[in-house]
Amino acid sequence: MAGAGGGNDIQWCFSQVKGAVDDDVAEADIISTVEFNHSGELLATGDKGGRVVIFQQEQENKTQTHSRGEYNVYSTFQSHEPEFDYLKSLEIEEKINKIRWLPQKNAAQFLLSTNDKTIKLWKISERDKRPEGYNLKEEDGRYRDPTTVTTLRVPVFRPMDLMVEASPRRIFANAHTYHINSISINSDYETYLSADDLRINLWHLEITDRSFNIVDIKPANMEELTEVITAAEFHPNSCNTFVYSSSKGTIRLCDMRASALCDRHSKLFEEPEDPSNRSFFSEIISSISDVKFSHSGRYMMTRDYLSVKIWDLNMENRPVETYQVHEYLRSKLCSLYENDCIFDKFECCWNGSDSVVMTGSYNNFFRMFDRNTKRDITLEASRENNKPRTVLKPRKVCASGKRKKDEISVDSLDFNKKILHTAWHPKENIIAVATTNNLYIFQDKVN
Amino acid sequence: MLCKGVKRKREEEEEEELTSQDWWLEEATPSPSSEEGAGPAPLPPSSLFNLSIFKLHHGLRRGEPDLRHLVLVVNTLRRIQSSMALEPSAPEPPCPAPADPFPVVPDTPLCTSVSALLDDLSHIEGLSDTQTAFPEDAPLSRPPDPGLDPGRPAPLGSLELLLEDGLEGLFDDIDTSMYDCELWPNLKTDSGETEDKIQGPGLDVSELDYLMDVIVGTQTL
Repeated sequence: MAGAGGGNDIQWCFSQVKGAVDDDVAEADIISTVEFNHSGELLATGDKGGRVVIFQQEQENKTQTHSRGEYNVYSTFQSHEPEFDYLKSLEIEEKINKIRWLPQKNAAQFLLSTNDKTIKLWKISERDKRPEGYNLKEEDGRYRDPTTVTTLRVPVFRPMDLMVEASPRRIFANAHTYHINSISINSDYETYLSADDLRINLWHLEITDRSFNIVDIKPANMEELTEVITAAEFHPNSCNTFVYSSSKGTIRLCDMRASALCDRHSKLFEEPEDPSNRSFFSEIISSISDVKFSHSGRYMMTRDYLSVKIWDLNMENRPVETYQVHEYLRSKLCSLYENDCIFDKFECCWNGSDSVVMTGSYNNFFRMFDRNTKRDITLEASRENNKPRTVLKPRKVCASGKRKKDEISVDSLDFNKKILHTAWHPKENIIAVATTNNLYIFQDKVN
Repeated sequence: MLCKGVKRKREEEEEEELTSQDWWLEEATPSPSSEEGAGPAPLPPSSLFNLSIFKLHHGLRRGEPDLRHLVLVVNTLRRIQSSMALEPSAPEPPCPAPADPFPVVPDTPLCTSVSALLDDLSHIEGLSDTQTAFPEDAPLSRPPDPGLDPGRPAPLGSLELLLEDGLEGLFDDIDTSMYDCELWPNLKTDSGETEDKIQGPGLDVSELDYLMDVIVGTQTL
């Protein structure tokens, strides 16, 4: 982390910012998901308008030794359109809730994108050459009169300007009554799960007309509904294992080999409530907004309203590490309930080596926690720091008492500027941080 | 200053509604900025209760409710209710009459239990549940109409039989008591309380108990 410390501390620098500059945010431009692909070469964002924008990292320039390649727009396409459910007389939002990349198997790239109801598999392929010299067609496509053909030639491929095409290859629809919050690709790379508020379905990537329900927590009587599913993810290595989190702060680990319907968990992860912190809002702030396995598969991380917790899969009764994201908000929960901020769903992510975790906060702040040094840092995504290779200055929030210079008091925080979505490059120290409608890319300082 | 009751400017609809309902903020006790260090919720439970009822009402009126939001608000309401039930002698702070006549006990739609409304939700959603229902033994399930092109939106299948009777048939067994229930049948006869008292936020704990009983469905409907 930047700050007093040894040579291992990372100094984060501004690299790029994408998106509109003006303060008046168009609703459709609100970023709703951010995801690097498995190599980190591609970075995808989804927005409220149903669009997906993919950025590609430039090949490293041998002469440019002081920074890694920049990310430039590679492909933009409309993934989902607004739909109308005639039976319920409701509009289905086109907002992209999640994007997940498939590992690359050939020249083309594949990703899954989902809105509230429908998941789509997209193929993104490049075309940089085209065939020329047909015998029966002119160059403009018109057909030649066959009687005018006197010689035959073999068409050849000639280079053309690079075109990136996105085409929907599969549409997985009509399997979710409630709003999809998660999709997760299995380590077998053949199946994936999709989770809504009450159910989780298992799909085969090749089959769109049926899915297998593996979790159903809908009570027979809706009067008894007290808990919903908030997130779900497959284990990175174990293709029969997945977890799902709930609005009551529990995480259930399920083994698909145990039974067809995984309503009975193999493990239940839950930390007992701290009686000294009990309030009317205890349940709301314990609601888990994101769950992510470590790359190793040994740990999982959960994000609730005020903290990030690391769990060892072998220990169910409490997390092994807890990091406070913005504890100064605990005394403000009532106001945050009034303005609905208490329901905000923050995501979290691991770095490539599982040594650092990151999550967002308010005022366009985001936080990183180093699991080894136990040091943490708060940084800000702001256009004020937008000179490339400018090292970001750590930020500090003053909870109470005398505010020091450069500190910000809790009451000055802008709760409309929230960082809900962040992503970390799988191999390098490059992070993507989404503010409401801008995407910031930061890199560590390369000397 | 924390944005009390101020919605994100993009959600203009919510902002409009909230500003007209800001009356309940008048009874808020000290603002958060005056609290140094951790402390209990500044609003008294009855105000939190009213706020939660408002959120519930607002959430249910939306086209398609956010189930997580709904469940969390209902559970919070239950917590507040049980806390208020434990302190029957706690005096309710006197509250000014609201500038806008928005009744604390919201208008008639909420006099039916939340559970009945959640039931409505599941009834309508249950019609599209036919897609996902299947016998547990089958490793993979098919939707009821296997001949359908997956690209076709919302296959109706067996639902078309229902719609043959017209849309009216769909709503035959939906609870319509929201349109014809008396708001406070017991209270009106009890001590001849005036309507003003009923509409004011300073309700008796017994009235609140009644309301919460209705909401959590402990009464037989």
